[in-house]
Amino acid sequence: MFAELSAPPFALALLVVLAGLLVAARLARSTVFWPLAALALLLAFNLFATRGFFSLEWKEGHLFGPAIDVLKNGSYVMLLSLGMTLVIATSGVDLSVGAVMAISGAVAAGLIERGGLPLPAVLAAALGVCVLVGLWNGVLVAVFRVQPLVATLVLMVAGRGVAMLITEGRRITIQRSYAGYDAFVYIGNGFLFYVPLAVTIVAVMLLLTALLTRKTALGLFIEAVGDNDTASRYAGVNARAVKLAAYTFSAFCAGVAGLIYASNIRTADPSKAGLYLELDAIMAVVIGGTALTGGRFRLIGSVVGALLIQTLTTTMLMHGLSSDQALVPKAVVVVAVCLLQSRVFRERVARLFRRPARRQPA
Amino acid sequence: MKLRLDARYIPVLASAGVLAGLYVLGCVLFGDRGFTSLRVVVDLLSENAFLGAAAIGATVVILSGGIDLSSGSIIALVSILIAVLCFDPALDPRQVGEIKQLLPAAWLPLHPAAAVLVALAVGTLLGTAMGCLIHFFRLPPFLVTLGGMFFARGLAFLIKTESLSIKHPFYIETIREDLRIALTAQVDMPFVVVCFAAIFVLGLVLMHWTRFGRNVYAIGGDEKSAVLMGLPVASTKIRGYTFAGFCSALAGVMYTFSLSKGDPAQAGVGLELDAIASAVIGGTLLSGGVGYLAGTLMGVLIFGLIQTLINFQGTLSAWWTRIAVGVLVLVFILLQNFVSAATRHVGSDRSDT
Repeated sequence: MFAELSAPPFALALLVVLAGLLVAARLARSTVFWPLAALALLLAFNLFATRGFFSLEWKEGHLFGPAIDVLKNGSYVMLLSLGMTLVIATSGVDLSVGAVMAISGAVAAGLIERGGLPLPAVLAAALGVCVLVGLWNGVLVAVFRVQPLVATLVLMVAGRGVAMLITEGRRITIQRSYAGYDAFVYIGNGFLFYVPLAVTIVAVMLLLTALLTRKTALGLFIEAVGDNDTASRYAGVNARAVKLAAYTFSAFCAGVAGLIYASNIRTADPSKAGLYLELDAIMAVVIGGTALTGGRFRLIGSVVGALLIQTLTTTMLMHGLSSDQALVPKAVVVVAVCLLQSRVFRERVARLFRRPARRQPA
Repeated sequence: MKLRLDARYIPVLASAGVLAGLYVLGCVLFGDRGFTSLRVVVDLLSENAFLGAAAIGATVVILSGGIDLSSGSIIALVSILIAVLCFDPALDPRQVGEIKQLLPAAWLPLHPAAAVLVALAVGTLLGTAMGCLIHFFRLPPFLVTLGGMFFARGLAFLIKTESLSIKHPFYIETIREDLRIALTAQVDMPFVVVCFAAIFVLGLVLMHWTRFGRNVYAIGGDEKSAVLMGLPVASTKIRGYTFAGFCSALAGVMYTFSLSKGDPAQAGVGLELDAIASAVIGGTLLSGGVGYLAGTLMGVLIFGLIQTLINFQGTLSAWWTRIAVGVLVLVFILLQNFVSAATRHVGSDRSDT
């Protein structure tokens, strides 16, 4: 077929698609408009100012290029933000997802190192542990009525210790000689449908989550609980079960992200895996238009938010900044997006523009 | 006569109990290896002094109903800022090529004392800026201070990407040697402990003997009521974050005092969470309005004591500290829940009769 895709057609196609989405979002009065607009702006900037951002290569039947890297490296935060969106929608927050990523990787790597279990069982065990961790968070929040910030802080602090406990304080490197090496490494490095498998996993998870919450009453229940816990209980919603489910789902997503991460670097690294990603995930959710006060959520918005963060980071890296220095623009974006969403700020800006008009005589 | 215990004091008394229990445990288990000596206490204080300073700021903000995630990064920013500002090519010729000019060349190098003042001002200003954003635009404190955390850490890396040691005689001689306080013939108390004591006393005075302190408790307890009572909510909240920024900056200064270097990558990583955890272990309620700085002091000491115990034990690795702290945080949260449920019952009984 075609050996190498040239950059301009791909970039143009991407921008045209984005423009279409923007118009659609504007017409539908969707809150996804703002993060989408920011993403489009950033991509347009990259089109002119970042050499090679849109270069796309076709190697050995797979796509390669910075745009694909954005999708791949952004897959962790996208996955985390799916679960985080639902938790935040119940007016909670889950600070433990980064630590859960570490736990999931540690369990999987520990079991593979020991050997004797088939890979599907290993993955199921790792995800099972994560579900238990999520249940623990959920029980603290829903049954003991501990503030979510505090309840999940416990595991954020202790979770990495637990992961260290599992790996006995080591970084476990998955050796080529272990049974199941190829299949495990495929999760984070392989390709499916021309794009990295991680991206396909994100797409499937997003689709499933969207279907579950929007095509069943589950989404409505979550929003009801987040809006007014007591009222929803009187209306017959099992608020406790909804919260439990949200925290469990969040930990599950974190578990999947942790597996992808461990597979990608072929190592379980309890002290580094998912470090600070909980904060990135919360940021992605907020950028995507889900308010921290809960009661409303935008799954697509969160994913767009995660993509925006990753595109920003990749852009900075391509401009020669280190990933640590890239924190400054990231901070500016967080505050700017918060300001744009703040009602007070909008009113003040609106007043600024309205004043001269009012002075004119009628 | 029956001794009545005010429910408000239960969490703080519990932390005091945990602290005493841990110390006695250490004395029983490791008494023969010098755990009871004065040196252990002094080391405990000096090693946790900068965590303590940050925790005091964190407590004030938490009491006002907010949260501060920026302290660890501000420590990194302040430490590298001081190191670069007082960098003298004559003392360390190898590093010259990499240092950026932050001020006109004629001003540099600053005397370390001046650099410390500049750094304190920068940290305090960052705190004020975050407070203004939070108050005036009603932004969630969690996100704004998260932005502050990214901003300060990134700024530290923009100033310099690697650590830089401070070789000025003010650091090597004055701070390290001259300002040490000799307690006994063998044990000296480093200057950072004095700094910690000073900021702790300042915090105590602010919180318990000034109008500002009472306003902080009132706003943290119920912001709407505080507004209705006509309390200056805006200035109190902003001053709270300003104080926290100052505490974090001071913690950064203390970091340079004890390690004689600035480090954008390693300084204060994860410290913001340790500070918050210390406040919780010290009996401060994370939803605001309930807690004491004395409790936070105990929380910091418990944190340090667990580390010391694990060091003395020798075979357990350092990550057990994190598990132990996590468990303690959980215990205190449940205790807080229990206490607040109990006091609520008392209140409703009164209204019934």
